[in-house]
Amino acid sequence: MQLTSLKLYMKQFLHDLRAQKLRTFLTLVGLSWGTVTVICLLAFGYGLQNNQQEQMKGLGDNIVIMWASNTSKPYAGYPKGRWFGFVPDDIKMMRQNIPDLEAVSGEFQRGNITIRNGRKSKLIQISGVDPEFAPMRTIVPEDGGRFLNDIDVNDKRRVIFLGNDLRDEIFGEGIDPVGKAVLIDNVPYTVVGVMVKKKQDSSYSGRDKDKGFVPATTFQSTYGDRYLDNIVFRAKTLEIHKQAVDRTYETFAKRYKFDPTDREALSMWDTVEDNGFMVFFVAMRLFVGFVGFMTLMVGGIGLANIMYVVVEERTKEIGIKMALGAKKGFVLFGFIFETLILTTIGGGIGYGIAQLIISLAPMMNIKDYVGTPTLSLQDKLAVVAILGFIGFMASFFPARRAANMNPVQALKL
Amino acid sequence: MIKMNGIRKLYATGKVAVEALKGLDLELKGGEFVSIVGPSGSGKSTLMNIVGCLDTPSEGEFFLDGERVDQFNGNQLAEVRNKKIGFVFQNFNLLPYATAYENVELPMIFAGAPQKERKETVTRLLTRVGLGDRMDHKPTELSGGEMQRVAIARALANSPKLILADEPTGNLDSHSGAEIMGIFEELWKSGTTILMITHDPNIAKRTKRTIMIKDGVIVTSLNGNGNGSSSHE
Ligand SMILES: Nc1ncnc2c1ncn2[C@@H]1O[C@H](COP(=O)(O)OP(=O)(O)OP(=O)(O)O)[C@@H](O)[C@H]1O
Ligand SMILES: [Mg+2]
Repeated sequence: MQLTSLKLYMKQFLHDLRAQKLRTFLTLVGLSWGTVTVICLLAFGYGLQNNQQEQMKGLGDNIVIMWASNTSKPYAGYPKGRWFGFVPDDIKMMRQNIPDLEAVSGEFQRGNITIRNGRKSKLIQISGVDPEFAPMRTIVPEDGGRFLNDIDVNDKRRVIFLGNDLRDEIFGEGIDPVGKAVLIDNVPYTVVGVMVKKKQDSSYSGRDKDKGFVPATTFQSTYGDRYLDNIVFRAKTLEIHKQAVDRTYETFAKRYKFDPTDREALSMWDTVEDNGFMVFFVAMRLFVGFVGFMTLMVGGIGLANIMYVVVEERTKEIGIKMALGAKKGFVLFGFIFETLILTTIGGGIGYGIAQLIISLAPMMNIKDYVGTPTLSLQDKLAVVAILGFIGFMASFFPARRAANMNPVQALKL
Repeated sequence: MIKMNGIRKLYATGKVAVEALKGLDLELKGGEFVSIVGPSGSGKSTLMNIVGCLDTPSEGEFFLDGERVDQFNGNQLAEVRNKKIGFVFQNFNLLPYATAYENVELPMIFAGAPQKERKETVTRLLTRVGLGDRMDHKPTELSGGEMQRVAIARALANSPKLILADEPTGNLDSHSGAEIMGIFEELWKSGTTILMITHDPNIAKRTKRTIMIKDGVIVTSLNGNGNGSSSHE
């Protein structure tokens, strides 16, 4: 019985399709266009967001970069505007006093340093850091190499970890320099590893790909710097991130005798707070989804319109069927069925076109700017839901009108 | 089969209400072959629609096959139309895009009959009305008389007890009309109750009882042999 009804519905549908060629075609175009728009907007939006997220990780994953600064409030007899600097001992103090921290590293920085390999030389920037620096900054060594380790630090070894672009320039692209020596300001250092290429769109002192990293201890004994340029740290979890930041202020306030409420004494770049930026992306995606939804609605209105015409034209037929014993539900479902088929076809065509666009997008060399457009499962479901909703709404009202017809009136036409 | 008491039907069109049936009583026994005659606008079709459960009376009692149907809802009425009544219309009312076979099959689909049974019944009925070789033809490929025969086959699909026909020969020439009447007579002989509206006195004569309606009430009810009993308004 069910199958027979379906066959009957299908027959009606094909009949309408033939009788209403142009209108059906235009409706399908509207629905397909709407679907293409929605999918592309969502997919490009998602790609852009992913791209942005990856870029942010390039700087560091939920890290805080901290600089010593001037106090802005008088405290315990000291005037405001007092300066202090971080020293390597502060790192030890942080590790001991702030259990909320997962990783912390000091960073010495120095520019205009000559790196030389044979005839090739270059002026670069060097950072003196601790091993914990790497995971915080999403620095991953290429196969066969490693980042700096505790032994390097303890023994003040002359070892260096290279940014990938720096390696390309000094050794040549794709060459593995691990174990080889380079001269840093004429002092030989052994290369221990090269960084895997990463995306990074923000920095506070040049990109990691162009830098060299040496142990903080080696750096200090070589160049004699007393103060760290900055400290980088990360909390164990995002939940206790705020707490870790507060504890950091307290600890340093105590040590350097400034007002713990003096937020200017330490200047921090909190990339977690920066993630509020992501809210923008979510909002953008919602907006884009809404625009797409409205586009599809226009297609849906066309669909509802064609269905009203179909009801109009089929009034007599509905009357006949009712006279022969068709119930309301049969008439109602018939129209909903037809509209949903149209929606499925229109949506399917649109989906196909959109997929084509998405798969062609990477060939346009725009990856670095907009990322790779991707249709997430969530977005797919959203598109199906929107299409289903529109198909249903577009069919329900005309269908109800058909089902509520008085058979006598319907037959008179 | 049919028992109606004090049936009234009001049409509220705009400000004036038309009273198409004004307290009509009617009784029809199983196996009767009855024609309804009367001037245009007297309420024949209105009565037929109510008897056929396409419409409900504004007032009055209506028993069909022992059931009181005047208070039925839409789906209950659809069920009655499907199982107990077969309609034959003046203008055939076949689905234009469906073949003769599919048209006859339709009420059986609504009734939920299995495919095998449908095939057997449809073939038998179309053969019976003389269209065994035209089953795959669409209405446009058939003559008026043939279309009406398809409609009769369709009316019989669910073996209803009652056949209702509103001027079934109205759109046919006299020859085709006579053929259709022949089929109705055969049906009556095999036990089906038939109620038909007609304008043609010759057609009315071939039925066994003729009811005359005037102004929304039955004015006379005559037996086929001419000796009538007059039931006043
Ligand atoms: N839907 C309607 N709305 C308003 N008035 C109606 C409606 N249907 C019928 N009528 C009126 O009811 C009366 C009876 O109509 P009905 O169709 O039953 O007449 P009839 O006897 O079948 O006439 P005919 O022989 O011309 O077919 C007429 O006055 C008609 O105008
Ligand atoms: Mg009439």
